[in-house]
Amino acid sequence: MRSRLRYGAVVTALLAALAAAVIAALGLGSVAIPPGQVVDALLPGAEPSPFRTIIVDVRLPRVILGAAVGAGLAVVGAVLQSLVRNRLADPFLLGISSGASTGAVLVLTLGIGATTAVAMPAGAFAGALGALVLVYALARRGGAMTGARLVLAGVTVSYILTALTTLVLVSSARPEHFREALYWSLGGLGSARWDSVWLPAAVVCAAGPLLFALARPLDLLLVGEEDATVLGLDVARFRAAVFVLVSLITAVLVAASGAVGFIGLMVPHAARLLVGATHRALLPVAALGGALALIVADLAARTLAAPQDIPVGVLTALIGGPLFLWLMRARTERGAAL
Amino acid sequence: MSAFLTLDGVGYETGGRTLLHGVALEARPGETVGLVGPNGSGKTTLLRCVYGALRPTAGSLRLDGGDLLALGPKARARRVASVPQDNPGEFELTVREIVAMGRAPHKRFWEPDTAQDASAVDAALARLGIADLAERAFPSLSGGERQRALVARALVQRPSLLILDEPTNHLDIRYQLEILGLIRDLDTTGLLALHDLNLAAYYCDRLYVLKAGRVAASGTPKEVLTPELLAEIYGVDAEIAVHPATGAPVITYLPAGSGSRIVS
Repeated sequence: MRSRLRYGAVVTALLAALAAAVIAALGLGSVAIPPGQVVDALLPGAEPSPFRTIIVDVRLPRVILGAAVGAGLAVVGAVLQSLVRNRLADPFLLGISSGASTGAVLVLTLGIGATTAVAMPAGAFAGALGALVLVYALARRGGAMTGARLVLAGVTVSYILTALTTLVLVSSARPEHFREALYWSLGGLGSARWDSVWLPAAVVCAAGPLLFALARPLDLLLVGEEDATVLGLDVARFRAAVFVLVSLITAVLVAASGAVGFIGLMVPHAARLLVGATHRALLPVAALGGALALIVADLAARTLAAPQDIPVGVLTALIGGPLFLWLMRARTERGAAL
Repeated sequence: MSAFLTLDGVGYETGGRTLLHGVALEARPGETVGLVGPNGSGKTTLLRCVYGALRPTAGSLRLDGGDLLALGPKARARRVASVPQDNPGEFELTVREIVAMGRAPHKRFWEPDTAQDASAVDAALARLGIADLAERAFPSLSGGERQRALVARALVQRPSLLILDEPTNHLDIRYQLEILGLIRDLDTTGLLALHDLNLAAYYCDRLYVLKAGRVAASGTPKEVLTPELLAEIYGVDAEIAVHPATGAPVITYLPAGSGSRIVS
């Protein structure tokens, strides 16, 4: 049992940082609003004001989307790393984001739907589901779904779909499709509106506790297929079920925000360094860390080069990459096995 | 707490090769039964069939008269535990976290660990002499320490049948004797694969000798371990004496060509 005191301290620090990040993200932008007024505007029964409109109608949905997508990607990343027993796995390893890209690009180039704001997420979700079915069928063919088969199927489907996406774009008559597709695939929270943000938020709020309840069998996966079997887990069935669950979450997240990279890889690592690898401890910390990371990255993305939005996926990789290397170095210097 | 294991006609075939042929074996309640035989003789395959990692392609496995293969994974795990061959793992779990996993088959998956679970873990850690390693990262331990942690996990599982595949690999001689002594003294029925015939002779009540997936001989160590059998199964010459203090057969291997005989 790791020290409860230390665990409490980590969670408290993350909650405090998250609250500060939310207030900063609601206050900063083209119009700067002082923290006191941000809090006032959020209180029930606040007077209507221009500040309140900016905060509640424009910035809040974006912060909520950032929290949902960040927490969701981090939790899905942590679970997938356990599922395939490899710390380099991320939510996009198993073909789901490639399927989403293919779907989104098909919608874009075929001009389905009147507005791309609705049609592209729908296309992305459909594409992600298609990839999910394909990977599942390939990984289950001829027997049990092992971690290795799942990775192999996921990576293969991923390559094929990426090639397909490129082919569709190259054959498109309109060059601006390239730019739109590139922007979409880099990920961003710019599409956040009250009428669309509820879906990813609801999915993450429902899936988080569900995965937390699965902490014990997820722990068993860490010791390997055979040991988990001996400890009473039906590994193939559990793995298949969890794969479908996390893929559905990923599909919803990617449809809402594109493929925001690095959160799902880096945050689970950092969380493991802080609180260890058992899922009961890991998943809540990963969720808080993911929400914090994406809210901060998105704040930077829309303020650093204002009025231009930098794609947030670019920033998560640019900031996250060096941070990650530093974490790994600190760990190696402490003499831990990598 | 101790099970009666009966194997009858157990066969295992994969990829067109037959690894086990009609194995019949019995482990009575409380007995410690050893599997010996050269590398590739099917010891590990047979153990994996019993603890559920492989599904035999022929024969029956019964535990206390019930069909072992009909049990679900969790029900089986409450009765059969296995100490796997060493595997440090990719993630840094602590020794306590690894040992606590032995409680998993006794819990609903969302149930948190209770004080009783924690004290079962403490008792097992103490019994294996690794209480001071509880908070250490499992991959950072030596092979022998990891092996003891995995035995502790199997004890926490509270099985009625305990299976061990080469439990003395990586262990210093002191811990080899301690672990085998512990297993022999448990009420739990033990089924273990062993390389070291002298240890097998001393610690096991009965031995099964496997060769090419078949039972070549079985019986008490004294009945089974004969110069003729060692010559036939392993192709070595050996002298076998009875140790005056332990009463167990002691095998001395002889260089090729020096002949073999029984000394009494």
